[in-house]
Amino acid sequence: MSFSAPSMENGFSSPRNESFPAGLRVLVVDDDPTWLKILEKMLKKCSYEVTTCGLAREALKLLRERKDGYDIVISDVNMPDMDGFKLLEHVGLEMDLPVLMMSVDGETSRVMKGVQHGACDYLLKPIRMKELRNIWQHVFRKKIHEIRDIESHDSYDGIQISRNGSELSDDGHMFCGEDLAYVKKRKDFENKHDDIGDHSSTKKHRVVWSVDLHQKFVKAVNQIGFDSKYEVGPKKILDLMNVPWLTRENVASHLQKYRLYLSRLQKENDLKASLGGIKLSDLPSKDPAGSFGLQSSINGNQNDVPNGRYQFSGDNFFAQDVDSKNHEGDLKRVVSETKRTLTADLPDPQDMRTQMSFDHSFGSLDSEVNFAAIPAPYSWSKAPENQFKEEHKPLLQLEDGFSQLPPSGIHNHIQIDDPLQSASSITSGLSMTGREICGPEKIKPLYPQYSSNHMSILSPKESAFDSFPVQSKSQMVKHQSFEPISTAISSMKPQGFNLSCITDFESCQRNLISATDSTFEPFNEDLTVCWLEGDCHSMNFGLPNVEFTDYIDPGFIAEFPIYLCDTLTSDTECPFDPPEYSIVDQGLFLS
Amino acid sequence: MERNQMHRQVSVMRQSLFDQGYLDEQFIQLEELQDDANPNFVEEVVTLYYRDSSRLILSIDQALERNPLDFNKLDTYMHQFKGSSTSIGAKKVKAECTQFREYCKVGNGEGCMRTFQQAKKEYTILKRKLEAYFQQARQSGPSETACRPRN
Repeated sequence: MSFSAPSMENGFSSPRNESFPAGLRVLVVDDDPTWLKILEKMLKKCSYEVTTCGLAREALKLLRERKDGYDIVISDVNMPDMDGFKLLEHVGLEMDLPVLMMSVDGETSRVMKGVQHGACDYLLKPIRMKELRNIWQHVFRKKIHEIRDIESHDSYDGIQISRNGSELSDDGHMFCGEDLAYVKKRKDFENKHDDIGDHSSTKKHRVVWSVDLHQKFVKAVNQIGFDSKYEVGPKKILDLMNVPWLTRENVASHLQKYRLYLSRLQKENDLKASLGGIKLSDLPSKDPAGSFGLQSSINGNQNDVPNGRYQFSGDNFFAQDVDSKNHEGDLKRVVSETKRTLTADLPDPQDMRTQMSFDHSFGSLDSEVNFAAIPAPYSWSKAPENQFKEEHKPLLQLEDGFSQLPPSGIHNHIQIDDPLQSASSITSGLSMTGREICGPEKIKPLYPQYSSNHMSILSPKESAFDSFPVQSKSQMVKHQSFEPISTAISSMKPQGFNLSCITDFESCQRNLISATDSTFEPFNEDLTVCWLEGDCHSMNFGLPNVEFTDYIDPGFIAEFPIYLCDTLTSDTECPFDPPEYSIVDQGLFLS
Repeated sequence: MERNQMHRQVSVMRQSLFDQGYLDEQFIQLEELQDDANPNFVEEVVTLYYRDSSRLILSIDQALERNPLDFNKLDTYMHQFKGSSTSIGAKKVKAECTQFREYCKVGNGEGCMRTFQQAKKEYTILKRKLEAYFQQARQSGPSETACRPRN
């Protein structure tokens, strides 16, 4: 391999270029101190440069502080402060480093989830040293792909660079070296914008998604969403972004990550909502099974991609530093938002007494619809009114609110029977204090950064649904899912939820409901119905183009650039990726 | 002569830990990591494990006292405990953890409690055995660590 050290010298930090892979800079993240010690020793024996970290947040901080300081990240899947998959997404989005996941649990679903979230590999504990010896290949592979990206980037510019194998193999390596070196150098002091001039040169640079760029991206995505609901494609985004040196490929890969991020958020929100504050089992919900289902599903599926369609990673994004408090606020907002959007029928969404605005929503919802399970109290209550109304409130707002919404959406159980109760339980997760969600504006707080900027995509409406994410893990709603609202609605239906009050949604609901029995299973795939089994089914509330099939909540998406989902792979869950992303992005970049 | 005898003793102790299923391959991995830079690596890791997991055990005990049982939480704890136990190759403890998680999945509280008691027992037995082993190894001198018979 002509991965010549000399050519790499400039590009990589000095230890690296000595004799790759020696000196590879590895960041290990694991909450288990015993494993941390062992891995550190193992990696040192491989002649790698090791940094250990016991917390995911800490790790992100380290990574952000020195964007170019590490070559590869190895992280455990289960960590107390943050889900390993979440960290994985963040790293992928922000730093674009190869990430390896580790776990003692080797279940196929978990492994699949890891891969879906972008993990380069999934290691099973106990880990042998020989497995660690070869991790450098992931770093190398990524570099090669980057070069290829750059190539396509060039071709976009009109510079045709043959990408055939031989070209790469011959020049590839050297190219690698040079490029990598070049890339590194460039990365260090220029962001994308500066590269424009160099774009046409043979030097390829890696696209660095700076906050600005990402914002443009999200804006574009949102824009598309509004215009042509289901048509979100990298090309369109690229056009809208109007960044000359950016290529369609760059956008496409970024979009993919974003979608994952959002879907994850969504799922998390959903799960959290359900699990977090609300112990669904405690809810008197009419539909015990439902709530439970949600809960369990949430637990189980929390990370399932399909469920997590709507992962509005919003809360996660910001979340890095956002603690439950934020969520609360958000949740509230979301809830209020949802309430608003949901419908006028819902009585006074603002009425959140319980921790979660959710309560109110239920209360109000209750009267309106049998939101048996509408977990979305969070989102519902507030947002419904506004939300569905085609308001395009900044997504952030919703997000905030919704994400806050604990899994309430999660099950139908949501408490319609006892909204307050559920709300309270949910609130635990959300820590919402029953503040009233005033509506879209309120939601902002969650991610102040984002709300103002990005969230245009998620209109309150959407957020309502989205936020309904099922918060699986006890986290509460961290913006995750706007889905909730939609899902809530959808889920509600089966429960006897009388969505009629929500005329808009009705059709959507029917679709949704018909698909599901009591839990919106059918829509699981597409809609992340948070409520029901922890999936977030995005209910299309009143969205005419609701397409329950693939993504998350067509109805919900109506406002929201569902199209994003569409274009995004069907696997991606979150149709609302863009908005979420933007929000998250802010959080991410702003660290 | 004394020394050799002691070395042999240590060796026998070590071997029996493997033969009796208390330790698995992972322990050997740890031994292989031990070097001049970290001459007491294995003992340090084991000490760290016991210290860290004692807290976890306490949490699990508390969780098992709740009513009703929160199986999700228990499963999470046990997952952590299992992960930790694999780090030093605590074979029997690990097996109990797996069993525990099975019971969690089906919501068998009784089974969980029983299994956990067993896990704690194994955990303690191993601790004593390892302590004795390390002590013996220290007394017999450093050369013992140099000749690690492959299991």
